[in-house]
Amino acid sequence: MNEMKKAVISILGTDRKGIIASVTRILYEHDVNILDISQTIVAGLFNMILIADISSEQCSFEQLKNSLADEARRLDVQIRIQRSEIFEAMHQI
Amino acid sequence: MINTSEILQTINMIDHQKLDVRTITMGISLFSCATDDERALAVRIYDLITRRAENLVKVGREIESEFGVPIVNKRISVTPVALVTGAIRHPIVVARALDRAAKETGVDFIGGYSALVQKGMTAADRRLIESIPEALSETDYMCSSVNVGSTRAGINMDAVRMMGETVKATAARTADRGGFGCAKLVVFCNAVEDNPFMAGAFHGPGEGDCAVSVGVSGPGVVKVALEAVKGQPFDVVAETVKRTAFHITRVGQLVAMEASKRLNVPFGIVDLSLAPTPAVGDSVAAILEEMGLEVCGAHGTTAALALLNDAVKKGGVMASSHVGGLSGAFIPLSEDIGMIQAAERGALSLEKLEAMTCVCSVGLDMIAVPGDTPAETVAAIIADEAAIGMVNNKTTAVRIIPAPGTKVGDSVEFGGLLGRAPVIPVRQYDSSAFIHRGGRIPAPLHSLKN
Repeated sequence: MNEMKKAVISILGTDRKGIIASVTRILYEHDVNILDISQTIVAGLFNMILIADISSEQCSFEQLKNSLADEARRLDVQIRIQRSEIFEAMHQI
Repeated sequence: MINTSEILQTINMIDHQKLDVRTITMGISLFSCATDDERALAVRIYDLITRRAENLVKVGREIESEFGVPIVNKRISVTPVALVTGAIRHPIVVARALDRAAKETGVDFIGGYSALVQKGMTAADRRLIESIPEALSETDYMCSSVNVGSTRAGINMDAVRMMGETVKATAARTADRGGFGCAKLVVFCNAVEDNPFMAGAFHGPGEGDCAVSVGVSGPGVVKVALEAVKGQPFDVVAETVKRTAFHITRVGQLVAMEASKRLNVPFGIVDLSLAPTPAVGDSVAAILEEMGLEVCGAHGTTAALALLNDAVKKGGVMASSHVGGLSGAFIPLSEDIGMIQAAERGALSLEKLEAMTCVCSVGLDMIAVPGDTPAETVAAIIADEAAIGMVNNKTTAVRIIPAPGTKVGDSVEFGGLLGRAPVIPVRQYDSSAFIHRGGRIPAPLHSLKN
């Protein structure tokens, strides 16, 4: 079995209804399993970090990234998806 | 598991502190192309490069997209061209082939129109050096370099004289663009074989068929880290730079390994240099000023740079399996907004820059001088810089632009990463009798290490 491919999805913007629902729906549609979620709201600013398993063969990184970018425009928030290795490389030895 | 604050720290470095990978550079050996048929040589070189580097730009973009870290340039370096043009008369056909290959593959620069003449000069080396002004004026993406000295061999003063003339001729041929050709020409002492940075990149004769190397960047990240330790002793400053350099270099190592895997090409080195850009917040000068100097060029600048250069290496070396290239802090004048402003204030002179090159990773870089500077003075500046490299066992380089028609106080705009160069004064005293002696300056005593 291949090693699990993980991605970090970070969302930043003004809090409003449906942000989590929209993002998790897109992840479900791309066959992505959510491994961890952390969320804070400080002074109305919504900040969520989501760690996801993107190993599925049905999941194309490029398509997932584009879907999230479309959703970010619709919700007027910033959504970023990055392979988790960059964070592991920088902060773990 | 990675935690939220680490994730936000990384995102912040990329978004606000201009952390980037400056370049993925693919080194390609041209030895297999050698032939005495000019046309065939050009065709073989073009075919080899376009085949090997076919996916370089695509892979660079993929890594950038997936890891979310900007990869500013994709570049190619090749075997010093003089080493494969021994049997042909016109090396310029190779310059044209290199430029076409760069355009076809979509890379930002291709380097290696080079000769290594630290001890002597073959007929092929001479032909190549003589063709540099024409080659740089005719091509768009090709860079050229010549190594005129080394700690082991001494300084080839005939080559130094020729390079003074070559720099002037290149400026004249590209006068309509402020002498832009000189921005793509570096004169080295102790050139390294695996440097991924332009304009001095070439794929040394000791390298394999192909290798991929990465040059990291990130002066903005170091500056921000130092803002948190204001007023504290230098021990703390050095530790802070080391930690930051470690983080930055780990990104470079990751990108290099990933590029190597996806391109199916061996990993070469990570060059852990702090490379500034003209953008605000991406300046090496600003780091030196953060250490407590009013302006880069004030007394103390050389000491500050020495600390920075050393701490970057110490932090970075643990973060990568193979560190190489130039690895240290770059101080290009036109490519660093803090350096530009310091020179415009009159705080940074050629003499101070020369002192700084004793402790930085390279040398006098992207410096514009008046258009009427004699070739012998340019050669003498090269000789001084080569002497610093030779005696201190380090790489030094000169990338100088005697911008035609300009005088002190003018400014030459090159655009993009190359920035804007304020024209600074050179000494008016004559060095021509010195330069016309020719011959070799012998290697220093400490070259005899065996």
